[in-house]
Amino acid sequence: MDWTNLLVNVAGEIIAPTTAAYALAAIGLNIHFGLTGLLNMGQAGFLLLGAYGFAIATIAGWPLWAAVLAAILAAVVFALILGIPTLKLRGDYLAIVTIAAAEIVRIVGRSTTLTDLTGASSGLRGNSYKHTFQDASPFPDGTWELGPFEYAINASNSWWIRIVGWGVVALACLLIWLLMRSPWGRVLKGIREDEDAVRSLGKNVYAYKMQSLVLGGVIGAVAGIIYVLPRAVQPDAMGRSMTFFIWTILLLGGAATVFGPILGSMLFWAALMLIKLVMRGTVPETVMRSEQIEQFGWIIVGITLMLLVIFRPQGILGDKKELAINAH
Amino acid sequence: MPTDSAVRALADVPREPGAAKPDPIVVADDVVRRFGGMTAVDVQHVEIQRGAITALIGPNGAGKTTFFNLLTGFDKPSSGTWTFEGRSLHGLPAARVARKGMVRTFQLTKALSRMTVIENMRLGAGSQPGENLFTALVPPLWRAREREITEQAEELLVRFKLDHHRDSFAGSLSGGQRKLLEMARALMSKPTMVMLDEPMAGVNPALTQSLLGHIQALRDDGMTVLFVEHDMHMVRHISDWVIVMAEGRIVAEGPPETVMQDPAVVDAYLGAHHDTDLGDDALLSDDVAEQLEAEVQAEEEKR
Amino acid sequence: MRRAASSRARSWTSRPPRVVGTVGRWLVLLLLTLSATALGQSAAVAATEQCAPTGESACINGTIRTAAGEPAVGVALTIEGEGQELAATTGPDGRWSASVTSAGTYSVTLDEGTLPAGETLRDPANNPREVTVELGASRPALFPLGAPAEQAPDAGDDDGAEGPGGGDQPDDAAGEPGEEPAGVGTSSSGGVTMTRFVQQLVSGLIFGLLLALASVGLSLIYGTTGLSNFAHGEQVTLGGILAYMGVQFWGLPLVVAGTLAVVLAAASGWFQDAAIWQPLRRRNVGLVQAMIVTIGLSMALQYVFQFFFGAGPLRVVTSTPTSVSFGPVLVTRQTVASVIIALVTLAAVSYFLLRTRTGRATRAVSDNAALAAASGISVNRIIRVVWTLGAGLAGLGGVLLGLYLGAARWNSGGALLLLMFAAVTLGGLGAAFGALAGSIVIGLVVELSSLWIPSDMRYGAALVILILVLLFRPQGILGRATRVG
Ligand SMILES: Nc1ncnc2c1ncn2[C@@H]1O[C@H](COP(=O)(O)OP(=O)(O)OP(=O)(O)O)[C@@H](O)[C@H]1O
Ligand SMILES: [Mg+2]
Repeated sequence: MDWTNLLVNVAGEIIAPTTAAYALAAIGLNIHFGLTGLLNMGQAGFLLLGAYGFAIATIAGWPLWAAVLAAILAAVVFALILGIPTLKLRGDYLAIVTIAAAEIVRIVGRSTTLTDLTGASSGLRGNSYKHTFQDASPFPDGTWELGPFEYAINASNSWWIRIVGWGVVALACLLIWLLMRSPWGRVLKGIREDEDAVRSLGKNVYAYKMQSLVLGGVIGAVAGIIYVLPRAVQPDAMGRSMTFFIWTILLLGGAATVFGPILGSMLFWAALMLIKLVMRGTVPETVMRSEQIEQFGWIIVGITLMLLVIFRPQGILGDKKELAINAH
Repeated sequence: MPTDSAVRALADVPREPGAAKPDPIVVADDVVRRFGGMTAVDVQHVEIQRGAITALIGPNGAGKTTFFNLLTGFDKPSSGTWTFEGRSLHGLPAARVARKGMVRTFQLTKALSRMTVIENMRLGAGSQPGENLFTALVPPLWRAREREITEQAEELLVRFKLDHHRDSFAGSLSGGQRKLLEMARALMSKPTMVMLDEPMAGVNPALTQSLLGHIQALRDDGMTVLFVEHDMHMVRHISDWVIVMAEGRIVAEGPPETVMQDPAVVDAYLGAHHDTDLGDDALLSDDVAEQLEAEVQAEEEKR
Repeated sequence: MRRAASSRARSWTSRPPRVVGTVGRWLVLLLLTLSATALGQSAAVAATEQCAPTGESACINGTIRTAAGEPAVGVALTIEGEGQELAATTGPDGRWSASVTSAGTYSVTLDEGTLPAGETLRDPANNPREVTVELGASRPALFPLGAPAEQAPDAGDDDGAEGPGGGDQPDDAAGEPGEEPAGVGTSSSGGVTMTRFVQQLVSGLIFGLLLALASVGLSLIYGTTGLSNFAHGEQVTLGGILAYMGVQFWGLPLVVAGTLAVVLAAASGWFQDAAIWQPLRRRNVGLVQAMIVTIGLSMALQYVFQFFFGAGPLRVVTSTPTSVSFGPVLVTRQTVASVIIALVTLAAVSYFLLRTRTGRATRAVSDNAALAAASGISVNRIIRVVWTLGAGLAGLGGVLLGLYLGAARWNSGGALLLLMFAAVTLGGLGAAFGALAGSIVIGLVVELSSLWIPSDMRYGAALVILILVLLFRPQGILGRATRVG
């Protein structure tokens, strides 16, 4: 096995656009779950809506900023629709409704009725919507090498998307950092602990939950744009499993922390790549076919999620005393 | 001991359920709450005197907590209306009720466990610019108010003997301390009326004594206090007026000295067999309480 | 999931306008369609006769076979073009044909809703397909059935994104059972006939009943432990896969394999509680935490299934089932037997809950675990019983659904999970009988909604209903509100 190549691949994973997209999605979920205690099990729905909003608007000829705005708007509307019936309900209902709502987005998106708009289950091709983003790059075309990493500068899976993706992640971190230390964040934490108590102190709990849902959802939608820029919009790749990965990432890094989602995402994807590459190099085809190695990776993800939640619910960065998951 | 002004104001009030008060802050009419076939609350008329300490007592399951929930917007009545300071609160959500100045605590304590004591307190304060999503992003806009409420919180913590725990997580406090924290937190918003659901359950006698002093001080500052309590001695000790509930209804009202003798009350508590004097408060004369306080202090020093 | 309807009902030709779904309009339509059914029947007879091209006519024809190679009976097709519109239905040999009177290009649409249970088009994108014919000749229009070709990882992109998830994202819906992959919006094209309505109604009841087996267990577990078990779908899958193994690997008769599957599934529930959930309860792990553990478990199990059995459908029985008809409704023998088994089982569960000591204790624990414990009920024992029972019921549901839908799949339970949750929530979380009622409602919604909305959106319809119910009655149909303070 070629160890340098393996390490380069794993390290490449750490800065990959998808890692950034998942980190961003987990930051959004962190606002929901880590800060407010909302059990949003439909974060992938926000990503998918963001992706559709952006791609469809761009295909319709909208400029970059308007397409991003369309994605954000789609997330806001979805959050409102989702929030109105559910935010007054108990937490477990919210989990069920959000997962159902995300599924509805996917089912409608892949339905043949909307083929003209969403491309049904085959989705939308990347080349049909990524030009506005690539044209916005200030850099010249070509490829660029930094250490062992060589990517195109602007095209598709590029340095440009990496720069923008991680830039947005950094901005989101700053936002969370500011909010967590503010009285606004304090109200959210209070709601996470006991919303009736917060209500009894005169805070409009419903409005705060809605703000949290919208804000986290919008961040999710932006993550959706970053996620689909280097690939295609495929509704079936953005379903329940995506939501569960985002959860695993958040809990791995540590909910209610600023950098947890980033660390979680990097570790998650790097570890997964490492497992796969090592197994591909060591396990003979006859024992495990390559798609089985793939599946083996996901089995490990599932088991990691279980063990993590049981034995280290605060994740890597979380405060032991301030367990991110309800202890009562 | 009840202050004179409140006692004097209530002196002429008839000792009967639903009696009219000279200066009522809360007036409730025909408030009914049913759970399935069971009627938990059925209050025809009740008035709460402003600036007085009113105790709401009654056997377990009498509907006291449910009545609290209804008044504070945590539960919706099957029917009925009520006003607070002359304005109807009917149908108002709990948060709006609290902002109008009627703040409550809970029978089952709701300390925000994974927040520090001081953060719990800060949360209680009203009109904080930093609680708006957009201003929150610009700290200079809310720093001043934050300092102000921190000061206020620290004062209250001292008064409730929680200042040593300022930065510990509320979840690490004892049950009694959590009750105190909840009460202190409720006072952060400077309410006109506090409603305390069994505030002293689980609080040690010495602290109870000093807290009773605080409650009376609040009243003397003009705050109205309505509290639920099972400890008759405490009721006798600080309340100016007592309302007795049984099976959802108000069965008696009166000053603490006399209401315990009301046959309706004795019936409510003991059914047919009654020869105990519910109001035997020999135990709670001030020197007994002082003695208790001394004992507790001695014990704490030993540790 | 939809049964092959009687060919008489399927192939009537006059189309009513597309219905969007208000009840009033629907009633009018129902009357219209009732009167039109008679016409439809005669047209159908004409269409099933074999066609022979003449000088003035041409034929479009084909034979449809199931993935297992059996003829697919009663599949409806529409042939449109050159100002003509025809219908055809496959006969007992799976053959269909249509005679057109002018040369040109026709588009042939296969109504996927009429495929035999569990069958899907191998290439859904090729439906409808175009055929060009000349007079006096025959042209075939082929619709191969079977699992859709495996999607190339991250098929969408041309400039080859590498990187995480680039090719690795598990596909969520690699053919959900009963959800036609990329199904064409078939339903509205048929219009709403009385027969079709009745057929869907019966399908809905059957589906709801089978779903109830799974959701009652989910509800019992929620009721006694407060746990929303996201891995319950995998218990259903397990039942289906065990039955598949029993029949296809070990060569057992179906009944024996089914029974064995249920027993093993129940044992897995017992084992799961002993190995995971009881220790977690002892550690005082919070409910939210435990819920996330079930999510991890669900993920791990799904890929374990996929690891060993692949992503394709696992057909429990490969022979074509014989059908019986009740009036206008056509169901297979197997389905009738399944329904009877489900009814008997649900009755037995009701009896257990209402009349036996353990059952009453179960309800006591659901009601108030602390109180039950205080009155001498061994809560842990009851919970163990509930896990065993719940997993066994889910396993049975998995076996029967596997038969009903034609195949089990690594994610067949997972795909039904949300419907189960919808059913349980509708009935009020934790209320076992509520779950039963909720399942029937969900079954009906799923099947009946496809009369008006495209059938690939009908699972969505059930989920919309779920959200609407929560909007108006947060505690579910039968649930109670909780107290504050
Ligand atoms: N959400 C609810 N659902 C059903 N019944 C309820 C609910 N809340 C209260 N009850 C019933 O209403 C009655 C009154 O309850 P409540 O809690 O108001 O009594 P209480 O006077 O506060 O008693 P305690 O002194 O023990 O606190 C009780 O019988 C209780 O069981
Ligand atoms: Mg009470």
